[in-house]
Amino acid sequence: MDELRELYQQIILDHNKNPKNFKKLEPHTHTAEGYNPLCGDRLNLYLNVHEGVIEDVGFEGSGCAISKASASVMTTAVKGKKLNEVQALFDIFQKVVKSDRGEPVDVDALGKLAVFAGVRDFPVRIKCATLAWHTLIAALKNRDEVVSTE
Amino acid sequence: MIMRPDFINSDTATDEVVAKRAQPFDVEKIRGDFPILHQKVHGHPLAYLDNAATSQKPRPVIEALNYYYRSINANIHRGVHYLSEAATDAYEGARETVRGFINARSSREIVFTRGTTEAINLAAFAYGRKYLREGDEILISHMEHHSNIVPWQLLCEQTGARLRVIPINDQGEIIFEGFERLLTDRTRLVSIVHVSNSLGTINPVEEIIRTAHARNIPVLLDGAQAVPHKGVDVQALDCDFYAFSGHKMFGPTGIGVLYAKEALLEAMPPYQGGGDMIKSVSFEKTTFNDLPHKFEAGTPHIAGAVGLGKAAEYIQSVGYDTIEAHEHALLQYATDALSEIKPLRIVGTAEKKAAVISFVLENIHPHDVGTILDRQGIAVRTGHHCTQPVMARFGIPATSRASLALYNTMADIDRLVAGIHQVIKVFS
Repeated sequence: MDELRELYQQIILDHNKNPKNFKKLEPHTHTAEGYNPLCGDRLNLYLNVHEGVIEDVGFEGSGCAISKASASVMTTAVKGKKLNEVQALFDIFQKVVKSDRGEPVDVDALGKLAVFAGVRDFPVRIKCATLAWHTLIAALKNRDEVVSTE
Repeated sequence: MIMRPDFINSDTATDEVVAKRAQPFDVEKIRGDFPILHQKVHGHPLAYLDNAATSQKPRPVIEALNYYYRSINANIHRGVHYLSEAATDAYEGARETVRGFINARSSREIVFTRGTTEAINLAAFAYGRKYLREGDEILISHMEHHSNIVPWQLLCEQTGARLRVIPINDQGEIIFEGFERLLTDRTRLVSIVHVSNSLGTINPVEEIIRTAHARNIPVLLDGAQAVPHKGVDVQALDCDFYAFSGHKMFGPTGIGVLYAKEALLEAMPPYQGGGDMIKSVSFEKTTFNDLPHKFEAGTPHIAGAVGLGKAAEYIQSVGYDTIEAHEHALLQYATDALSEIKPLRIVGTAEKKAAVISFVLENIHPHDVGTILDRQGIAVRTGHHCTQPVMARFGIPATSRASLALYNTMADIDRLVAGIHQVIKVFS
C-alpha cells in the first residue's frame, strides 16, 4: 500500500480535486486535444503564446486523478516559461515517470514535477501522466489532430 | 477407431448425466478446478472479478489443450495418417459437442470462428452483402458492444444500408415500443446483444425474435456474455444467427462460433477464400465445400475448438441451473452490499440481469478505482468496456465493472466492498 500512497500523494489529490488553470482560454493562440483511448481521458489544452513565452494556459476535460493532476501541475510549471524551456521540462517529466523504480529522484532538478515519481510503479498509468504533456507539445506545434496515447 | 483418454472423448455431458449430477453446489470444489485462482496478487489472494472480459480456464480445458498438442496435433481433414485422423476426430467431435451445447439441429450449422467478433463480421459480410441494398435498415440497440456496431457500419458504407438504434431506458433496458416503432418494411436484420457486457441486462430476446419474425426479419444474437451464465437453445429461441466466444465461457481465446440456420448458411456466399473451404479449384471454376466448411477457410484453431468443446462439457457437468442459482445469489448479495456505499452508483439496474455490476464512484475516476483495487488483489475492469454509446447514454466517460462467474464467492464480494472503502479512504 506504500506504493499507492506514493502514487496518490496529497498534492496530486489536491490538484485532482481543485485543478489549477481549469478553464478555456478565449481567445487563444494555440490549442490541441488529447485523448487516451484506454480509459477515455479527454483533455483540451489552450495556450496564449506571445514572443516565445507562454503567457497563459488553461485546460478542460475529464480524466482520472493522475491525468487531471498532471495537467494541472503542468500548467503551473509552464506558465510564464519560454518555449525552449518547455521542451526541457517535457524531457524532465518523461524521465521522472519512465525511470526505473529504484533510481533516485533528483528533486532539485524536477521541482514540483517530482510528485509524479510514484507513477513509475504503475506502468499502465504512465500514459495518464504524460497525456497533458504530449498534448502541450502538439498544441505548440499547431498540429490540427487529436493526440492519442495509443 | 482412435483411442483417446477420457477427457477428450468423454460423454459425461449427456442430458441424463447432467440431470443425475444435480447436486448441491460446492463452490470450493469448483474453485479447485481453476488453478489460476489460487495465487496471490500484490501480496493478496486473487479476487478475479473480470469475467466479462475473459473467464479463467478449468483443468479439463487446460489438459485438453495440453493433450492435443502433446499427442494428436496434425492438420485436419484429408489426412490419411493416424494423427490427422485423430485431430480431425477431435475437431469435429468438438463441433458436435458445441451443437449439443446450444441444441442446434445439425453440426452443419456450427461454424468455428476466431470469436464473437469474427462471427458477427462473417454474418455481416456474407449475409449482409448478399441481401442488403441501399435504403435497407439494420436494427441494433443502444447497448451493443462495438463488435455488434462496427461490422454493420462497414456494411452500411458498402451497401448504402442504414443502421437504426433501439433506445434504452435509464435502467439499461431496451424500450420495447421503441424497437417496435423502428421495425419497418425496410428492416432487413435485427442484431441484438443477448446479455449486455457493460450493464448486465438480459434482453427479452424471445419477444424480440417473435416480433421480428412476424415481419419475416431475421435476428442475430450476440451471445458472448450469455453462454457463461445461462443455457442457450437456439431451436427454442428460433434465432437465425447466434454468435459467441470460447474464452468467455471458460474455453481458450481465439475460438468462437457462429451458429446460423442451415438454409441461411447454404444461401450465403463464403466469407473468406482459401484451403478447406473448397471442393475443387481450377483457374476457371472453384466449387465450394459443404457446410460448415464453406465458412472455415484455412487451417482452423484446432486445439481451440477442442478446448471449447471441453469447456462446454465442463459447464454442462456443473449445470446451468446450478450456475444461475449461484450467480443470482452472488449478484443479489453484491448489489445489496454495493448499494450501501454512499458515493457509489450502480449503472445498469435492469430487472433481469446477469452477474455484471458496473458502477461509478462520486468524484473518483474508474481508472483510479481499478488501480487501488488491483493493489489489494482485486481484478475489475475499468473503462468504456467497448460500449462507448452506453457510456454516452449515461453521461459518463467510464465505469468500474465487477463481473462474476461460477467460481466467485461471497468472500470475493466482501473483498470488493472493503476494497472500495479503501479507494474512498485514499481519496478522502
